[in-house]
Amino acid sequence: MLEVQGLHKRYATGDEALRGVSLTVAGAEAVFVIGPSGAGKSTLLRCINRLVEPDAGSVRLDGREITTLTGAGLRAARRAMGMIFQEFNLVERLTVMENVLSGRLGYVSTWQAWRRRFPAADVEAAFRTLARVGLEGFENKRADELSGGQRQRVGIARALVQRPKILLVDEPTSSLDPITSEAVMRLIVELAAEDGIPALVNIHDVPLARAFARRIVGLREGRVVYDGPVGGLDAAVLERIYGAARAAAPAGAAP
Amino acid sequence: MGPLAWAAGVAFLAWNAVSLEVDPARVARGLSRLGAVAASAIPPDFERAGLLASGVLESIEIATLSTLLGVVAGIPVAVLAARNVVPLPVYAAGRGTITLGRTFHELIVGILFVKAVGFGPLAGVLTLTVNSVGFFSKLLAEQIETIDRGQIEAVRATGASRAQVLIYAVLPQVLPRIIGLTIYQWDVHLRQSTIIGIVGAGGIGATLLSAFSRYDHDFALAILIVIVAIVLVGEAVSALARRAVQ
Repeated sequence: MLEVQGLHKRYATGDEALRGVSLTVAGAEAVFVIGPSGAGKSTLLRCINRLVEPDAGSVRLDGREITTLTGAGLRAARRAMGMIFQEFNLVERLTVMENVLSGRLGYVSTWQAWRRRFPAADVEAAFRTLARVGLEGFENKRADELSGGQRQRVGIARALVQRPKILLVDEPTSSLDPITSEAVMRLIVELAAEDGIPALVNIHDVPLARAFARRIVGLREGRVVYDGPVGGLDAAVLERIYGAARAAAPAGAAP
Repeated sequence: MGPLAWAAGVAFLAWNAVSLEVDPARVARGLSRLGAVAASAIPPDFERAGLLASGVLESIEIATLSTLLGVVAGIPVAVLAARNVVPLPVYAAGRGTITLGRTFHELIVGILFVKAVGFGPLAGVLTLTVNSVGFFSKLLAEQIETIDRGQIEAVRATGASRAQVLIYAVLPQVLPRIIGLTIYQWDVHLRQSTIIGIVGAGGIGATLLSAFSRYDHDFALAILIVIVAIVLVGEAVSALARRAVQ
């Protein structure tokens, strides 16, 4: 269970990205966070795994406070959270297999990482996970040879092979075409459900969110302005999230 | 520019010529003496091939060993001097090290090392190693600063340690550059290793200096020809090798 309480973040530039965000993700639910650019969606995810340091507030994963961790404790917390990125963020010059195995780095020594000697069980898990994302036989291809959709599948495999307690998913389909977007989103939601883990998914594509979400969180200017079932996402709520200009567009259209 | 500034400029140049004793008659005499030196150097004397070969070999050894040492020392310094992978105080120390390595010409560094460890190729190896830290580390640090942050972020997010991030996300992005720079560095060191002998730091330059000081002009010319040859060959090898890895 992920519990976020009163999370604040102000960047050195003065931008106030988060102004007291609280939310809870429990069980194996997928929560979709929507909101305009600059609402703080990316910052929220990065404050949860501390790629960005929050200024105030609390983040707890299965009761364990994350915001005060340092060193090995922080790394252990990070490996319990699998992250999927908008730009895939694969190590381009490494193979698909090496990229997936990088999800196990938190479990092995630096020497093992240097020699690429991962435990046999990790390698087996990586093969299995590649099969689950539909990339059987791709393990020796270099990441920069893949298409966008294939890259994101590697990104998903990398996150899942961590055996995380939650998935943090940041705009996973923004760099993909509509057909691939839907396939990738379906894969993320289905695999998370299969593994029985929750997912916190940032997304700007409201129709796509509607298609997959049960619960929606609306973020605007660093605050939660809606947290409820997808059915409650009417014109008034969309106006609260996106402002009057967005509400003027036909409800359900992509912003 | 006003007439006053022009006048001042001309006066400054004239004063330079006087204070440096620029004298056309001396230049003319010098040129004719240069002709005599050139005449006594022709034909070049390749008789002492053994001495020549051992000088060349020593230069190549100095260049190769100092490149290896320079890369081994230079990679960590480059990491410490890359703003995007280390905290600010470490970065300042790393940059300082590089600046120090670049401050003095290799001949000055060579003089210092000859004082420290005595005449011979060891001083040459140390000199060029220091030179590497300035050159190789600076270029590599700049390369590290331009790498894709997303790849670093993703590997950090898996719970990887700082060292693991370097191995897994940084190194793959800069490895081609490391290889290319190493080859280029070797090429540069080969050229420098022919000159540092002048201050007693070994190599073919030392052979050249003693040939000149004994008025062995024909042998000196042979040495110069050989230096031109090894620099050209080194450049060609380096260009081919870099093309092969890129």
